[in-house]
Amino acid sequence: MKLVEYIIGQLINGLNAGSIYALIALGYSMVYGIAKMINFAHGDIIMVGSYALYVFIVLMKMPVIVAILLTIGFCAILGITIERIAYKPLRKAPPLAVLITAIGVSFFLQNASLLIFKANPIPFGTIIKVDAVNIGNISISGLTIVTLVVTFICMAILTLFINKTKAGSAMRAVSEDKGAAQLMGINVNRTISLTFAIGSALAAIAGILFLSQYPSLKPTMGALPGIKAFVAAVLGGIGNVPGAMLGGMLLGIIENTAKAYISTEVSDAIVFGVLILVLLLKPSGLLGKKRIEKV
Amino acid sequence: MALLEVKNLGISFGGLRAVDEVNLSIKKGQLFGLIGPNGAGKTTIFNLLTGVYQPTDGTILLDGVSIVGKSTAEISMAGIGRTFQNIRLFKNMSVLDNVKAALHNHEKYSLLAGIMRLPLYYSKERQMNKTAREILKVFDLDKEENYLASNLPYGKQRKLEIARALATRPKLLLLDEPAAGMNPNETAELMDTIRLIRDKFDITILLIEHDMKLVSGICEQILVLNFGTELANGTPEEVLNDPAVITAYLGE
Amino acid sequence: MKKNNTNQKINHNISVKNEKVNLNAIQKEKKAEAKSAFNIKNLVILLCIIAGYFLLAYLVEYRLNRQFKSLIVPIGANIILAVSLNLVVGFLGELSLGHAGFMSIGAFTGAIFTLNMNLPGNIEFFLAIIVGGIMAAVFGFLIGIPVLRLRGDYLAIVTLAFTEIIRSIINTLSLPAGKDKAGELIVKKGAMGLSGIETYANYTWIYIAAVISIIVVVNLVNSRQGRIITSIRDNHIAAESIGIKVSRYKTMAFVIGAFFAGVAGVINGHNLSSIKPVDYDYNRSINILVFVVLGGMGSIKGSIIAATILTLLPEVLRPIRNYRMLMYAIVLIAIMLINHSTWKSRLQGNNLLSKIFKKEQVSE
Repeated sequence: MKLVEYIIGQLINGLNAGSIYALIALGYSMVYGIAKMINFAHGDIIMVGSYALYVFIVLMKMPVIVAILLTIGFCAILGITIERIAYKPLRKAPPLAVLITAIGVSFFLQNASLLIFKANPIPFGTIIKVDAVNIGNISISGLTIVTLVVTFICMAILTLFINKTKAGSAMRAVSEDKGAAQLMGINVNRTISLTFAIGSALAAIAGILFLSQYPSLKPTMGALPGIKAFVAAVLGGIGNVPGAMLGGMLLGIIENTAKAYISTEVSDAIVFGVLILVLLLKPSGLLGKKRIEKV
Repeated sequence: MALLEVKNLGISFGGLRAVDEVNLSIKKGQLFGLIGPNGAGKTTIFNLLTGVYQPTDGTILLDGVSIVGKSTAEISMAGIGRTFQNIRLFKNMSVLDNVKAALHNHEKYSLLAGIMRLPLYYSKERQMNKTAREILKVFDLDKEENYLASNLPYGKQRKLEIARALATRPKLLLLDEPAAGMNPNETAELMDTIRLIRDKFDITILLIEHDMKLVSGICEQILVLNFGTELANGTPEEVLNDPAVITAYLGE
Repeated sequence: MKKNNTNQKINHNISVKNEKVNLNAIQKEKKAEAKSAFNIKNLVILLCIIAGYFLLAYLVEYRLNRQFKSLIVPIGANIILAVSLNLVVGFLGELSLGHAGFMSIGAFTGAIFTLNMNLPGNIEFFLAIIVGGIMAAVFGFLIGIPVLRLRGDYLAIVTLAFTEIIRSIINTLSLPAGKDKAGELIVKKGAMGLSGIETYANYTWIYIAAVISIIVVVNLVNSRQGRIITSIRDNHIAAESIGIKVSRYKTMAFVIGAFFAGVAGVINGHNLSSIKPVDYDYNRSINILVFVVLGGMGSIKGSIIAATILTLLPEVLRPIRNYRMLMYAIVLIAIMLINHSTWKSRLQGNNLLSKIFKKEQVSE
């Protein structure tokens, strides 16, 4: 009985980490689906979101709810701004140029916050205060419950948005064929902006949840979750929304199991190993479609 | 025996049957035309022949040896060269280097010889330069050998692409709409060049064209495709007078 | 006879069009064809290299102050790093963020080697350079095989992840750090790094290493293999169609790049005397990328100049030090936007820009 409880406990921990990865992975996947680029700076949005929350709550003494909404809005606008300034002029440029620009943006965000907030980690108390819930002998922390619920709600809304709204179908159309979408009267630029806004907003939410679990702010805090979420997106099939969710959850469970049974340092290597394995065995990911290059 | 023997070739993309039951038999030295309306599956056949796509069914024999399942690079080494509908040159390399890159399987030296500049490097490079210039001369590109490929005018880019394909010393050369975007004068001139290289390099040519009149001028045999299937196969006269072909091209 | 006629006809038609040929076509110098490595041009280059060494020796021994003397080895190491990364980014067209990771492997392998061997100094150092380079190359090979078959973006992320992983793995390792006076083996925790590494790296070593790496890369890109590598960059589908085994040559370029990053790592370790895994992080990879991008992708000369200037600049202009990384980020974005964005064409009327940023072909 003990063993079963232990396993369930670990599984929930895994889902907890996994849901944060899933939220970030969604941003990678949506942007990839539409702009056909890997937004290297996506992980750093998490960091910017965390600092924004810190500024709103600690420095400006705002109520938590207002601060959270402002943080999400700030990141969404940041996402749009980045796209407009750095990526939009490069739509027709070779992929290598876009990739280098994205790395430049990521590096810019990290070093700008390094200059503003300095390298020393800033401690930050959790803003989510919910009591733990006990089911039988399994205790689930309030934070975990909030994380899971928030993730679930975000995904439900996103799925509805993509499948049921006009803007959502515009998004799907643009990811299918930019030129054709334009001919159908879809405003491609606005759709791409919207995608960046949604992806960045999700990253902000992930950042808030991440910060609640690892309550310390550093300019480089977004890099590692960013890379792991990318692995999750590839695992699920990059460009595929349900794939990003599945990949995130799976990766969280894999990582958590490795942490519990092997060691924390090795768990990073294992996550990386997962990426290599996926690339070797099924580069299109679990739910991805195989893309045929037009010759 | 035919140089290229294709039987029951077919490929599906998802539910779409892009090419179905296509048979081709091209004799050595032949100038063979592949025509058909847009979306008839012409380029797909080229991609199947060069291993870019793997056929869902059918066989492809080059000189009696099956090339199904081989990679694009292996098929090139087996003796099929090609050009592309939308020109694919090595744009940031010189005209000469474009052709020399294609000679890589014929004039070989090791990485070490290249880095250490051993005598073998110099002799092989000289040989490569000589061969590449000979090929460029056929296309009258020898004066532009030091231009970047992207700086050539359009018509010359098309020629350079053919020159590069020839440098791999193919038995069979696939030309994908070589006259696309050319004016009637340029087209006529290109057709002369194609005949010329067939004779000079002693190879077999399979070419895709839209323009029926034009292709019937130089091809000895023509296959007409429509919706991925064979519509007609024969000499230009036979094909041009085939009622099915006339219907497909002119409508009812 | 008929053939000749057609030929002439072609000639005629084209020569008419010829007059309209692009005026800004970049014409390379026509190379005189050398028959062997022993030719005048190479002799001149050799003399320049030797003269360069004596100039460097004179400067170091008589002219430079301590601060600048201490910069000679870092400049050389950065040149090696920039030139080798340029092979991967500029000539192969694949983005690697793993140069710091390969450097780290080289630095630690080299340091462990010299700490545990008791050979005469220069021999020991020479062997350490080779061993460190090979070790980095082996890792490059292992990463390259799965990743280089795929589209470009993956390589960037995988090599970035690799750099992080290498760091955390070295952190957990126990490293043999030579013997103490009693003859007992000293074991150090990886996170603490290694110290007491002999500072073998002097200006002679770095000069030789930098010159060799430049010659190797320049000769490589001007050889059969180099042409294959650049053709893959320009159009991998066309490259396959002329019989090039793309992943094989991608791996070749990547492994050679990793080898020289390892070499630079060994030299770096034997210059600083103490190394820590955290010294070789993401920032370092970006630094090197900035050398390549600023110098011009595909330009060896550019890489050398950019590496030299960007190593000197923070030392000369102390106040900009804090903003260095931010400037680097802006450099990356700005150069890409200038070179590739839609407003580039508008600026191109101004010839200066195209002169600065045009892709330079390295001539022999």
